[in-house]
Amino acid sequence: MSRSADEIVYGLKREYLEKISNGGIRIDGRKFDEFRNIRINTNFVTRAEGSADVRLGNTRVLVGVKVEVGEPFPDTPNSGILTTNAELIPMASPTFESGPPNEDSIELARVVDRTIRESKMIDLDKLVITPGEKVWVVFVDIHVLDYDGNLIDASALGAIAALLETKVPGSKVQQEDTPLPINHVPVMITQIKIGSNLFVDPSLEEEEVATTRISIATDEAGNIVAMQKGLSGTLTHAEVFKAVDTSIEIGKDIRKRVFGR
Amino acid sequence: MDISKKIVLPGEEIDLNGMKQGNGIYHENGKYYAYQLGMLQVYNNYVNLIQLSGKYYPVKNDRVIGKVIDIAPSFWILDIKGPYPGFLHINDTPWKSGSGELSKILGTGDTVFAKVNEITESKQIWLSLKDAGLRKLEGGHIVTVQPTKVSRIIGKAGSMVNMIKEMTNVKIQLGQNGIVWLDGEPDRVLQVIKILKIIEEEAHTSGLTDRVKKILEDMR
Repeated sequence: MSRSADEIVYGLKREYLEKISNGGIRIDGRKFDEFRNIRINTNFVTRAEGSADVRLGNTRVLVGVKVEVGEPFPDTPNSGILTTNAELIPMASPTFESGPPNEDSIELARVVDRTIRESKMIDLDKLVITPGEKVWVVFVDIHVLDYDGNLIDASALGAIAALLETKVPGSKVQQEDTPLPINHVPVMITQIKIGSNLFVDPSLEEEEVATTRISIATDEAGNIVAMQKGLSGTLTHAEVFKAVDTSIEIGKDIRKRVFGR
Repeated sequence: MDISKKIVLPGEEIDLNGMKQGNGIYHENGKYYAYQLGMLQVYNNYVNLIQLSGKYYPVKNDRVIGKVIDIAPSFWILDIKGPYPGFLHINDTPWKSGSGELSKILGTGDTVFAKVNEITESKQIWLSLKDAGLRKLEGGHIVTVQPTKVSRIIGKAGSMVNMIKEMTNVKIQLGQNGIVWLDGEPDRVLQVIKILKIIEEEAHTSGLTDRVKKILEDMR
């Protein structure tokens, strides 16, 4: 497959970012463990049960949550269902194509799904209406509106912010409307490697030249709940442990600052 | 009424006050309208429209910065942020194709500072490296700005860009196509990137060179 002009990176940009990172500098002047400005606007879409408009620097992601009545899976008759989907629309970046979901959007949806599911953030067992027959199905839909790097963290933040505000529309089945049962608040932190340095919250420029990416989600207790490694580069033992420590530390800060928990 | 520096919207009627119709303006039923969002400028009794934003359109002898995106048997295909890619033939470079392998000279992702040599009738853009100062760019960093703002970054007779170069000690190579190559101390390069953003945003205001000078002095 031939790559479009936008997908080919300037060779000298790669060398330059690597060179300055060895001197402790990032191209936008941030510290290695500094996030860009996070702005979240919840209940952005009035017709959804929950939603969030997230801006992480110039990256913008819109997350919508719908809660509908459905049939449970035969192997889990006593728990609700969570489905996550991500859409990379062509408006967000010249490198995004319309058409069926590609590898990147599937990875994005799966990583966010794993963060929510494996952290047991939503108490799915409380989402049963009639055991074995009717349960609540939670649809999390991620729409990327502007791509300037670090979609994984922006989408995870958006999904979690939207779920925290989500109401289960009990009135549809002659019950009361209730907030979605929440157990934990996981936070996903993505780091990339340029040269031999790890950066959190990569911008598009940094993502383009990165050799390795590692995303780690942690919960309040500092447990790792999800992890994904991307790109073709490698990480040493020490780097993985360092990445975990950074994720826990920054995760705590963001959980407090953004979600107030 | 003085119409210079007036900002007009696409399709907005323009009263030429008896002056002649220049670039970026069309007429219909005896009236004049703007093609694009831009600022009016009066020059030699002509009213021209200077567009505020837009894509780069190559003109012969423009100096541009291009990125190799593909290699053909005897020429390179370069992205110059224009409507069509640019072609650079081996005969228009100082190099010889002795081995026959072009990728050994310039590979995909390499950057060159070239000039637009010729635009054919079928809109093929041929570039050349055969002139003073044209070369393969090595080291340094690449940033992009709006192509319409490049002339503002250069300033009158290069006043703006020379001032930035002098005060920051950063080497700057500007392409007419809005691609800028910078090389120098990393924190100085960051300052220049910030300055370029400011110039881009405030390009239509007057007294910009003095303000930029002040910002640069404060940064020191």
